[in-house]
Amino acid sequence: MPELADIWNVLFLHDYNTRLVVLSTMLLGCACGLMGGFLLLRKRSLMGDTLSHATLPGVALAFMLAVALGGDGKSLHFLLSGAAITGLLGCWAVLFIRNNTRIKDDAAMGIVLSVSFGTGVALLGLIQNMPEGSSAGLESFIYGKTASMVLSDFRILLLVTLCVLVCTLLLFKEFRLLCFDEGFAGALGWRVRYLDVLLLALVTAVTVTGLQAVGLILIISFLISPAAAARFWTNQLDRLLLLSALIGGVSAWLGASLSAFFPRLPAGAVIVLVATTFFIVSMLVGSERGLLIRHLRLKQLKIRMGRQHLLRALYEILEGIRPEGDFVLRAVPLIQIRGRRTWTDSHLRAYIRRACKEGLIETPTFDGSIRLTKIGLEEAALMTRNHRLWELYLIEYADVATSRVDRDADRVEHVLGEEIVKSLESKLQTYQSAGSLVPNSPHPIVLGD
Amino acid sequence: MLWAESPRAFVRKDFFGIFSLEMNTRNKVIIKEKDLELDLSLQPLTIRDLTVSYNRKPVIWDIDLSIPKGYLVGIVGPNGAGKSTLIKACLDLVPRTSGEVMIYGKTYHKERRRVGYVPQRESVDWDFPVSVLDVVAMGTYGRLGWMRRVSKRSKALSMEALDRVGLVDYANRQISQLSGGQQQRTFLARALVQDADIYFMDEPFSSVDAATERAIVQLLKDLKKLGKTVIVVHHDLSTVSQYFDWTVLLNMRVVSAGPTEEVFNQDNLRRTYGGKLTLLTQAANEIARN
Repeated sequence: MPELADIWNVLFLHDYNTRLVVLSTMLLGCACGLMGGFLLLRKRSLMGDTLSHATLPGVALAFMLAVALGGDGKSLHFLLSGAAITGLLGCWAVLFIRNNTRIKDDAAMGIVLSVSFGTGVALLGLIQNMPEGSSAGLESFIYGKTASMVLSDFRILLLVTLCVLVCTLLLFKEFRLLCFDEGFAGALGWRVRYLDVLLLALVTAVTVTGLQAVGLILIISFLISPAAAARFWTNQLDRLLLLSALIGGVSAWLGASLSAFFPRLPAGAVIVLVATTFFIVSMLVGSERGLLIRHLRLKQLKIRMGRQHLLRALYEILEGIRPEGDFVLRAVPLIQIRGRRTWTDSHLRAYIRRACKEGLIETPTFDGSIRLTKIGLEEAALMTRNHRLWELYLIEYADVATSRVDRDADRVEHVLGEEIVKSLESKLQTYQSAGSLVPNSPHPIVLGD
Repeated sequence: MLWAESPRAFVRKDFFGIFSLEMNTRNKVIIKEKDLELDLSLQPLTIRDLTVSYNRKPVIWDIDLSIPKGYLVGIVGPNGAGKSTLIKACLDLVPRTSGEVMIYGKTYHKERRRVGYVPQRESVDWDFPVSVLDVVAMGTYGRLGWMRRVSKRSKALSMEALDRVGLVDYANRQISQLSGGQQQRTFLARALVQDADIYFMDEPFSSVDAATERAIVQLLKDLKKLGKTVIVVHHDLSTVSQYFDWTVLLNMRVVSAGPTEEVFNQDNLRRTYGGKLTLLTQAANEIARN
């Protein structure tokens, strides 16, 4: 195991080499996070995958060309240019297939992706058989070789990241409209195609420069995971992009540092694993759309619904046994309440416990009878009133058959705010029987036994 | 004669010829030839000889249409008649196989600031991370130009438009929280912010609640009062004569177009929806095959 001091040194970039590598991957992470956000929202995430796989033949061809021209074939700029060209060709091929045949996006991507990757691998094989070709190192484009990054790599990454940042800042509004409503952007007279090409060019630049760090197979995760993770935390695009870039950067920092401790551990894979961890954690506990928060919201809704059902059932029973004069707060046997709805005993008991805690009903007596408190009665009356107003509204305006109203209203009522209720009230005043707060139900109430 | 001098001029003269003929018969107005240039620039929309095809299959054919100013226009026809395509071709969103579209006598690109657009509600992802106010403010982007930030004035205009559609309280909500009717109103507010002279709306009444439908109709009437022209793709035949004072019956070609009370009759409807539909589709398929 590494010493604590080593960890400190690596994490806080004391060593020159680590500093270079970690900073480079962090830049890449931020750039990927930003572009990934747009790709995700433009629903082009897999385009990044096609692009990255299509870079491999470019790398190999550039190498062969360089050797044929008498160079050493390892010039990074040359290799990356080749990668960018075939990468873009791959994207163009997908668009061409999609636009000119009846084959859909996913199939077109599948074809282009595998064919170009196969071509790349075959070309690498050819290179290995070339007498002068010291091809060692080209495979690093497939899996990435973070530790081999040098100052010139850092400079390229810095340039690309700055480009991405500047374009995002300047064209935030344009990219947002492009991703949200392409048609409207076109109707404004924008050249949507140019924007798309610019977006694709930026993604290509990020992907190609990232090849060295994480390799062409794993870079797609770098493009998708941070953005997808950020989506669970926010509903605003600017925050989403910021968070996505942050998650990308932090994953890169942690991943690259971790792999520095264990020499056999490829950085690309570790970075991707860290990014995926971020994704999984976000999916579970994300504050806006995480699974946990959604589960809690659903549960809350269920409890709210149950409470309303209970109170309304009590009110309607009391209403049914009311003599023509005053409304009497009587105890209602549990069995009568149970007969009002198809709720299970355990659910019903839970609702009762809850209502009891809220002071809406008195503690159940020994024989299981339930009596509303004064506050509870007010609340129950209010709820019944809302419910009936809504029912009346449905009948009045939407021609919904009376027999169907009850179930529908049950659901919608719980999302009704006070505002809507008020407007309903004013619209439906004629229905309110004189002197009574709660209007009569528009349909006969079936009382349980 | 001046127009006969070049081939380009000749085409224009031919164009004016058709135009003047329509004006003569419909509006009973005699227009002198020299006034025509002026009149064309007053005409919100003039379409001549428009054909649009997808995958070599014509979707709309030889459309000739002129819409007078200040009318609420309903485009009606069966599914697949090319109603949306017609609108998209007017907005330069789909490539034209032939023909031309003039907005106030000029190309769309020159007069696009005078055009407002309400796309089909289903055409966008309502789960997109953006607020209602942001969406409405998109209506000001055309005036803003690239790389400019949305100003306070734009935001104030957007709030005003939200007020007109009754969504002020929803300004800062995320759009996924809206109901279908509210989504449609958001799109309408965005078009209002565009402050256009001619509006194109693609099925604004599709699957909205009754209250929204009434609100939209009221909004259309208000726009008409302001002298705006509104062209609406509509699918509900029962409300056509109630909502629109000008109707275009479309089924790949224009079956009939004119004031609703003259055009919207049983005979024309049968010609739009009836037996001829199959014949036209067959012909289109034949062309695609060759």
